[in-house]
Amino acid sequence: MGANHHSYFLEVSLPERTPIPLTKETARLDINNIYVGYNGQVVLDNLSFQVPHGARVAVVGPNGAGKSTLFKALVGLLPLKSGHIFIHGLPLGHHLDCVAYVPQREEVEWHFPVTVMDVVMMGRFGHLGWLKRPGKRDREIVAHSLELMGISNLAGQSIGDLSGGQQQRVFLARAIAQEPHILLMDEPFTGIDIATQETTLALLDQLQTEGVTVMVSTHDLNMASQRFGTILLINHTLVAYGPPQQVLAPQPVRKAFGDHVLSLEGGLLVDECCPPEEHLHQEGL
Amino acid sequence: MISWLLTPLSYGFMQRGLLAAIMVGILCAIIGCYVVLRSMAFLGDALAHAILPGIAVAYLLNGNLTVGALVAAIAVAIGIGFFSRQGTIKEDTAIGILFTAALALGVALISSIRTYAVDLSHILFGNLLGVGVTDLVLTGGLGLLVLLAVVLLYNQFLVISFDPVLSATLRLPTELLRNLMLVLLAITIVISLQTVGVGLVAAMLVTPAATAYLLVRRLPAMMLLSAGIGAVSSIIGLYVSYYINIASGSAIVLTATLIFVVVYLFSPRRRSWRALFSRSKGPSSISHE
Repeated sequence: MGANHHSYFLEVSLPERTPIPLTKETARLDINNIYVGYNGQVVLDNLSFQVPHGARVAVVGPNGAGKSTLFKALVGLLPLKSGHIFIHGLPLGHHLDCVAYVPQREEVEWHFPVTVMDVVMMGRFGHLGWLKRPGKRDREIVAHSLELMGISNLAGQSIGDLSGGQQQRVFLARAIAQEPHILLMDEPFTGIDIATQETTLALLDQLQTEGVTVMVSTHDLNMASQRFGTILLINHTLVAYGPPQQVLAPQPVRKAFGDHVLSLEGGLLVDECCPPEEHLHQEGL
Repeated sequence: MISWLLTPLSYGFMQRGLLAAIMVGILCAIIGCYVVLRSMAFLGDALAHAILPGIAVAYLLNGNLTVGALVAAIAVAIGIGFFSRQGTIKEDTAIGILFTAALALGVALISSIRTYAVDLSHILFGNLLGVGVTDLVLTGGLGLLVLLAVVLLYNQFLVISFDPVLSATLRLPTELLRNLMLVLLAITIVISLQTVGVGLVAAMLVTPAATAYLLVRRLPAMMLLSAGIGAVSSIIGLYVSYYINIASGSAIVLTATLIFVVVYLFSPRRRSWRALFSRSKGPSSISHE
């Protein structure tokens, strides 16, 4: 593990995947005036944006801006109060296997007696019919996904015995095994080691060459601006959407983060009080 | 030694009792794995108590007691699923309300039947030595049905238990599967009544599965080991009850408990066991690979 890992990773290619139809549609993901909320509170308020084919979008915004809520709405975990989500031009629910979601790590029962291999194999369940056992192709895809994330050696380990970074890799491997057309990752860079962070970013590069659309939420504005082509800045509703230099400019950032922004000479300082880490971001102008 | 083992089996009621105890031991132990992993122990206990009114009504109507119990258990299982579904009240609260209500109804009905006292103690603590051939057939048939469902729906039950979020993104009918699991649990409890009774069935669900959890790291292995522990506890317990003349249900449960204690003391996985009980969501440590 560690530094060698990164270069090794880039040499591996994904197994043959279901071809993604390149139709004439304008957007693969079309979010139209959605309202989402729970317990009587509106979390997403009239949010609209379109993500084109193969884009790589960082979702940023202050704590409680609705980043996780947006992802949960996109996979159908939270109902829309109004508005529409279209994937490949069809309403949510039509595409069984094409959206993979890597939740924040707190959302899984870690004490469960499953191995790394078992967890990654779950990614294939969407492709298996009811009552069917995984076949040779499923096992091959799982093996490749493990290899891609550099965790083949952990295949037989209990999921609960892993470090945070290793757990992250397991869930990425599972997402790859799902062969998604759209990959959603909620805070994948929080609380992990640098090696896993680099592996994750390299994976995003690889997926992009394969035409997979990726949306990642993060607190790290620097990484968002340097490693993502498109930034979605939200605070319950859309603040700005576009290339980093346009979205992470003083005005929209101040609009989204409010009092947490400090203008310094040559930069902006965004200070959020409560995220687990990454409290400070120096944002160049 | 051989004659020590064979003598009890020269009685027909002991043969039937042993067979029933083994079947129930295995079945409870396998379903029990989900009970332990999904933290449904309270639910299992509640379901067991909730079948009393079903039995009472079946008795009053001169119907089949097992069928009455089954109907009541499934009704309560679905009722709990319904009340806790929208998240208006928590599941354990819903369980508390429904199970005490059902128990109260059961006691009210039974108190109206004078001659019922003896049978009631059988329901509460089991009557393994009174197992008839019909009971055996019913136990075997229903048990096979439950096992078949557990095997065929292994993938689905695994996902809804381990990662409900994945289950939703895979568009699994999570509610339906959860209710189905409750129904399987209800059936298991009803066919366990004859062996260990309402009062002790929770032990048969939880103890062997918890013991197996301490020893293995994969669910299929946990289920097999749990089934083995359940069967062995039933056999040892029944022999013990025969030779020292104590109630068979409690002998079986105490045997399973003894196995658990021994395994716990020597378990390599005691740390994760504690994690299960504190419902910790796992290591929060940051990797330093």
